[in-house]
Amino acid sequence: MTSLQVFIQQLANGLTLGSIYALIALGYTMVYGVIQLINFAHGEVFMVGAYATLMLVLLISPLGLPWWVALVVCALGAALVCGALGGLAEQFAYRPIRSAPRLNALITAIGLSFFLQNALMLIFGATDRQFPSVIPFVRWNVGGITLTLMQVIVWASSAALMAGLQALVMRTKLGKAMRATAQDRTACALLGIPVDRVIRLTFVIGSMLAAVGGMLFGMNYGTINFHDGYLTGMKAFTAAVLGGIGNIPGAMVGGLVLGLLEGLGAGYLSSQWKNVFTFLILVALLLFKPTGLLGERVAERA
Amino acid sequence: MDSRGLRARTRRWIGLGAVALFVPIIHPNAYHLDVLTSALLYALLALGLNLIVGLTGLLHLGYAAFFAIGAYTYGLLNIHLHCPFWIGLIPAAIVSGLFGAALGMPALRVRGDYLAIVTLGFGEIVRIVLTNLDQVTGGPNGLLGIDHPKFWLPGRGFFDFSVESAPYYYLVLVAVGITAWLCSRLSRSRIGRAWVAIREDELAASCSGIPVLDLKLLAQGCGGAIAGVAGAIFASKQGSITPDSFDFILSVMVLAMVVLGGMGSIRGAIVGALILGTLPEWLRGFDQYRMLIFGLAMMVIIRLRPQGIFGAFQASRRKPATAKEPHARAA
Repeated sequence: MTSLQVFIQQLANGLTLGSIYALIALGYTMVYGVIQLINFAHGEVFMVGAYATLMLVLLISPLGLPWWVALVVCALGAALVCGALGGLAEQFAYRPIRSAPRLNALITAIGLSFFLQNALMLIFGATDRQFPSVIPFVRWNVGGITLTLMQVIVWASSAALMAGLQALVMRTKLGKAMRATAQDRTACALLGIPVDRVIRLTFVIGSMLAAVGGMLFGMNYGTINFHDGYLTGMKAFTAAVLGGIGNIPGAMVGGLVLGLLEGLGAGYLSSQWKNVFTFLILVALLLFKPTGLLGERVAERA
Repeated sequence: MDSRGLRARTRRWIGLGAVALFVPIIHPNAYHLDVLTSALLYALLALGLNLIVGLTGLLHLGYAAFFAIGAYTYGLLNIHLHCPFWIGLIPAAIVSGLFGAALGMPALRVRGDYLAIVTLGFGEIVRIVLTNLDQVTGGPNGLLGIDHPKFWLPGRGFFDFSVESAPYYYLVLVAVGITAWLCSRLSRSRIGRAWVAIREDELAASCSGIPVLDLKLLAQGCGGAIAGVAGAIFASKQGSITPDSFDFILSVMVLAMVVLGGMGSIRGAIVGALILGTLPEWLRGFDQYRMLIFGLAMMVIIRLRPQGIFGAFQASRRKPATAKEPHARAA
């Protein structure tokens, strides 16, 4: 392989990882945008999505469905589970303390994260779980660069979901209500916008995207472990901040940039130092451009 | 508060301290003493973080890094230079304090949640650097063979703390006592009042002539130094340290202790640490469900008592940050 081919191969790998980060980052950024909460439990919601997919795969594999039908069933099922989880978490954990000091919500999120992580461990065990392959292993050789069907599915599905989310937020009434709630919750309530429902739906949609992220993560890497959610969640959160937290296109850009940087970092630096590299970039970016890559001055409400 | 009230309070504290002194005699269970010692070590960390988060209002998510820096400072000095524990405490405090202030410097450019994220990134960087810098820090295996503290008793020679529980219990108890006393003096001094002023309204504080930047650095430096001392004690107690002991969960736990106890309250920090530090042990009967219940308990406690156990007077009064305050908050 020539050095250019290596470079493009790393880009392709990074893009795959980045697409998954972006899907999770969207959940962080949407919730932050609406109620300024760093939802630490989101990484665990992502893991719930991965495990829900695993269960579904085991459940439907005897049916012998075509792989793309199975994929859609898994995505819908995982999204349903995680969406319900996100909605319930909002209703029972976050809503009662919404008027309390903001750090309390952070502590609640951390408690919820412990709870979910340990629930996953109790239900599915502490060891790695093998993910049965759903998607046939097809690979193409494009000018010396290897692309797999899995990678293409990751790219295509996350691109479609992000486009759908962008349309939802910019074109629909719900999206308008979300944007308005993010700007001024009190004024929204006065204008008759059902703020509580908007906030709950924000959690639900964010969790559904994380569920698809979890599904793609599991299918792409082949094994999952109950504490994968922690580091992946942290990276996705970094991605959200990188792009400018509270900003939806920012989360997409941040996820992709982080994935690409990691892909290149793992390829050219040692993979041990890859994570330092990630966090150094985060810290440096925040110091020089505290609002993130695409952030406007929306996030001044510290 | 009149002087009689103060005296009654002082007496109560002395009483509590006396009870704490007799715990190892009344209940000589080495394991329970060990749990209590780690809870007290948590209390030391919570006292330090309380200066940064509770008093000054700077959200810090990488506090474990200072604990790690203190532990590795003493560990390295001891292994390479055979520095005794009591002397090692000083560089551990200084190095951690300097890191605290140094991290504070660039981090002061950013505020609020962004500061939290910068500190989170810093905490992760420190942990990963400790893991990967094999030649210096021993990598993932960490440092081994760190000396336990030794005491010279007249006529009896050296008393080695060794692996007993009780000496460490007393050591940490004394450290918590001294730190709590220092913190309470500090919080009632000009500096402490200025910190609270910054937390309540930074703009008003700076308009009143408070050197906001210097004081923020000082808060982070002091908090870092306390964590450094705690780290050195931890390293000397364990005898070996690995980067895994200083992960993000630890930072988060200490933060939870401060919030649970009541932001800015010294006894709150101690009580919060004792509750969260021993809760996993209380729940040991639940076996594998205990961390699950621990997470639930965190959620329930913070919901039942949003201002924290001893935080009746401050944090609860603040409005939730829903309204945009671009003028008050802009740099």
